[in-house]
Amino acid sequence: MQLNKVLKKKILIDKAFTIILICAMIIYLVPIISIIYETVSRGLPALNLDFFTKPIPTAGEEGGGIANAIQGTVISIALASLIGIPVGILSGIFLSEYRELKITSFIRFINEVFHGIPSIIIGLFSFVLISKRIGFSVLAASFSLALIMIPIVTIVTQESLKMVPATIREAAFSLGIPKWKTTIFIVLRGAWQGIVTGILLSIGRIIGESAPILVTMGFYRWWFSGLDRPVSNMALNIFIFAMSPFQNWVRLAWGTALVLLVLVLLLNIIPRLMMLRREVRYE
Amino acid sequence: MFGDKIFKYTTAFFAFFIVISFLMLIYELYKGSYLAISKFGLSFIKNTVWDPVNGVFGALPLIIGTIVVSLLSLLFSLPISIGVALVLVLYLPRKISRGLAVLIETMAGVPSVIYGLWGLYVLAPFLRENVYSVLQSMFGFIPLFSGPNYGIGFLTGSMVLALMITPIITAVTKDLLLAVPTSIKEAAVSLGPKKKELALIMIKYIKPGLFAASLLGLGRAIGETMAISMVIGNKFKLFPSSLFDTWYTLSAIIANEFLEATYDLYISSLVYIGLLLLAVTLAVIIIARIIIWRFSKVRGEI
Repeated sequence: MQLNKVLKKKILIDKAFTIILICAMIIYLVPIISIIYETVSRGLPALNLDFFTKPIPTAGEEGGGIANAIQGTVISIALASLIGIPVGILSGIFLSEYRELKITSFIRFINEVFHGIPSIIIGLFSFVLISKRIGFSVLAASFSLALIMIPIVTIVTQESLKMVPATIREAAFSLGIPKWKTTIFIVLRGAWQGIVTGILLSIGRIIGESAPILVTMGFYRWWFSGLDRPVSNMALNIFIFAMSPFQNWVRLAWGTALVLLVLVLLLNIIPRLMMLRREVRYE
Repeated sequence: MFGDKIFKYTTAFFAFFIVISFLMLIYELYKGSYLAISKFGLSFIKNTVWDPVNGVFGALPLIIGTIVVSLLSLLFSLPISIGVALVLVLYLPRKISRGLAVLIETMAGVPSVIYGLWGLYVLAPFLRENVYSVLQSMFGFIPLFSGPNYGIGFLTGSMVLALMITPIITAVTKDLLLAVPTSIKEAAVSLGPKKKELALIMIKYIKPGLFAASLLGLGRAIGETMAISMVIGNKFKLFPSSLFDTWYTLSAIIANEFLEATYDLYISSLVYIGLLLLAVTLAVIIIARIIIWRFSKVRGEI
């Protein structure tokens, strides 16, 4: 009888615990679903042909689109990738293929710390280094975006190179192939899927960055006119438009948010699917 | 071999690029804030006036705002993150859990301006109409609950930040839970057949890792800029007058005033704030990293 009571109480406490956990899940999921739902439902009405083909309207003007922001964002990301991808891959190779060296663990540590530095600070760095000399410019913005990319690409390259079995390297060495050739033509080839994953993830990260854009080139709503001049940027536009009192700009902010959300979701999910496929293959 | 040497030094050069950038970042921020440092010195940290018209700048209210807002967001986020991670690992079937985990990890990648936009146009009006106003009508006689209700403010800001750091803390917690050795789990199960015991013992086991995860989340919350600047109200004051009042943080003031800063000392003061922000986040991240490294080492030995 007594035992039965204790047991019942235990079961009750266990159930209460489960309910609390499920509540935690719901408390998190409701806002998340709301973010996705509101972005889609408020962004969708803003999307039409004009949205993608017309330039940004002046404050208070009706209609218009974000064409020059799309151009500017593509240019910024392309320039950032031009620096970020090669530097990231090469440093990832060093950290993985020469991991017996003591210095690599120090560099890895710095790399991880750098990865955690808030993007606004990286933007300020680029501002002092470049914008202060040549003015607000796409060059300064892309440099800060590249610095955000590099740690991500480095970490992912390093991890995917490590996953290539040592036997493959040994087989190549036994044939007398030098290390650099082995790394570039054999090891890198086996790891390319992981590296592409890292690149996509890093682009997904910088496409939504607005804080470094704000301090390196400011708000600009015209077309590209040179590397030492600013360009327009989608993520920063959301901030400027949302904080403005103009209905039309707020509308464009939601539209831009939807486009960015879709891009970011794709850039996050495609790499994951790729990794899943790879896991299946290795199993 | 010659080719190998070139290869080694080329890749080493690029690996050092990040180290050099890191050192340059500290130096350039110092250089950029030199004007403010030479004018205000360290008393910049304890001054409570921010007056761009007369060129007087102090950061104490911003520092307090940053600490309060980021700690509040951690307070909101930590229990939820632990709960979500436990549900994912212990309670859901593997397939559903995997799908949800992908969704949550993806939310970590959603740009902060989108969180800010949602916070400003969806969450703030909702809280103003349905939560804050109700709280005011019930507890309005307590000073903490009185005062103007804009919807935006430091409490709303902390909630948005909590949403943003939850995916990070959840992901780390989930990995920690999955790495709990089977022997520990078996021992826990032998003590009682209930999941609650198992969950609590696992949580106890991963405590140091959990502390590091919280620090990572905290570091992110401290440095988060655009979202907080959109929902906190951006008003410079030492303390808010109520829970619903507006406030300011270190990062928010940079985002909100950088484009309006018209003279060198003003810009320099904002860069000085960036330098303070860097010092705080570096301390938090480095402690977190060291704990994680140690924890994974200890686990590796078992």
